[in-house]
Amino acid sequence: MIRIENLTRQFGAFTAVDNLSFQVAPGEVLGFLGPNGAGKSTTMKMITGFLQPTSGRVDVFGYDMWRNPLPAKKMIGYLPEGAPSYGEMSVRDFLAFIADVRGLSGAEKQRAIAVAAEKSALTDVMLQTVDTLSKGYRRRVGLAQAILHDPQVLVLDEPTDGLDPNQKHHVRELIRNLSQEKLVIVSTHILEEVSAVCTRAMIIARGKLLVDETPTALAARSTTGRLDDVFRQLTGDV
Amino acid sequence: MSGFWVVTAREWKSYFSTPLAYVFLVVFLVLCGFATFELGGFYQRNQADLSVFFSYQPWLYLFLVPAISMRLWAEERKSGSIELLLTLPLRLCTIVWAKFFAAWLFVALALVLTFPVWLTVNYLGSPDNGAILAAYLGSWLMAGAFLSIGCCLSAASKSQVIVFVLTVTICFLFVLLGLPQLINSLQGILPQWGIDAIAQLSLLAHFEAISRGVLNVADLLYYALFIVCWLAANVAVIEKKKSE
Repeated sequence: MIRIENLTRQFGAFTAVDNLSFQVAPGEVLGFLGPNGAGKSTTMKMITGFLQPTSGRVDVFGYDMWRNPLPAKKMIGYLPEGAPSYGEMSVRDFLAFIADVRGLSGAEKQRAIAVAAEKSALTDVMLQTVDTLSKGYRRRVGLAQAILHDPQVLVLDEPTDGLDPNQKHHVRELIRNLSQEKLVIVSTHILEEVSAVCTRAMIIARGKLLVDETPTALAARSTTGRLDDVFRQLTGDV
Repeated sequence: MSGFWVVTAREWKSYFSTPLAYVFLVVFLVLCGFATFELGGFYQRNQADLSVFFSYQPWLYLFLVPAISMRLWAEERKSGSIELLLTLPLRLCTIVWAKFFAAWLFVALALVLTFPVWLTVNYLGSPDNGAILAAYLGSWLMAGAFLSIGCCLSAASKSQVIVFVLTVTICFLFVLLGLPQLINSLQGILPQWGIDAIAQLSLLAHFEAISRGVLNVADLLYYALFIVCWLAANVAVIEKKKSE
């Protein structure tokens, strides 16, 4: 269970995330929706322990992310926006580095790397350096590093951004196939993705929570039944 | 393997995956040789010691060490990999120390590769090898001090060029503090204890005795404190700048 309580983050006078509170339970796939600059990434950066909240707290399965970050971070696999990694390393070396940091070794480490590479369809490019890979492959390297230690919590910031339709389909399959006990938080601004993979959708704008319901209920708000229209109605004036 | 060694090993390998390491090593060794034999007049001095070799090293470090350290955090911030690194289950101070240590080991490698100079002096005469070893240690400590400044400042900007210029300037300041020209110009402006305090902060002043082979606790402590303070500042700069 992840509990977010009164989470606020300010950058100078600008409030990026404004008093956000919600809970996510295992088995849920939460879709984070919102226009660009709504505070989705900032929220994810606080959940994963990269940014310190100005106020409020993040609790990951009983561990406070700021008081006790190491056990909390161990439970999370995180794909940051843009899927950054170390360009000069080969895919295999990079995944081995992540496995070492995650405390995997020996046969367990080799198996974890093989499984993550298999799930992310990277087996053909393991010896190539990350710099030589296309955008789609780099995104998959980021995914592979996030799922490598089979984490309880998966936080994915725009995992399908910039991918072609086949690759998008593949990533969605991957999220859907994650075991039922996992807790997944995905941010996106592609609305079809929400109906495709999420069990719950949240729309945030200007750092505030506007809607929190199932994708079906969200679509039913509009007379046309289309998510796009609901999204525009709710956030268009922002 | 603990987190510290995992990060150190990754950093160490990253030096050799680009031409940077080789360019640095070649330039450092060529300049060391040039300074010792041409500028320093090693043969003309007719003395079997390496004092000229060590006396030019602070000036080589001044430009070469910032070239190693400038990418350490600037690159992580620019590529966004800092977000990945800081959300892994590692303490920030472990990462800071590991990155510094890998760079410091790399400087140690460069110093070890100057061994032909040591062979030469042993071939020509019978120098005090204990003193030479102490001077090598002092030189490595001074390089560590330069590096710690560079690590800290490399987190201050995403632009490696800005970081380089900034680091050279600050390092130069810490070298200058001990020069008699500066100290003399301060006579009368500051009280004597103020001048002494400033002179004591100089990187050169503490290298002086060590480069002659005299190891004393005060100098070693100075370098240790210098490095610890700048790395603590490094942690603070990262905390402040990481979200930009």
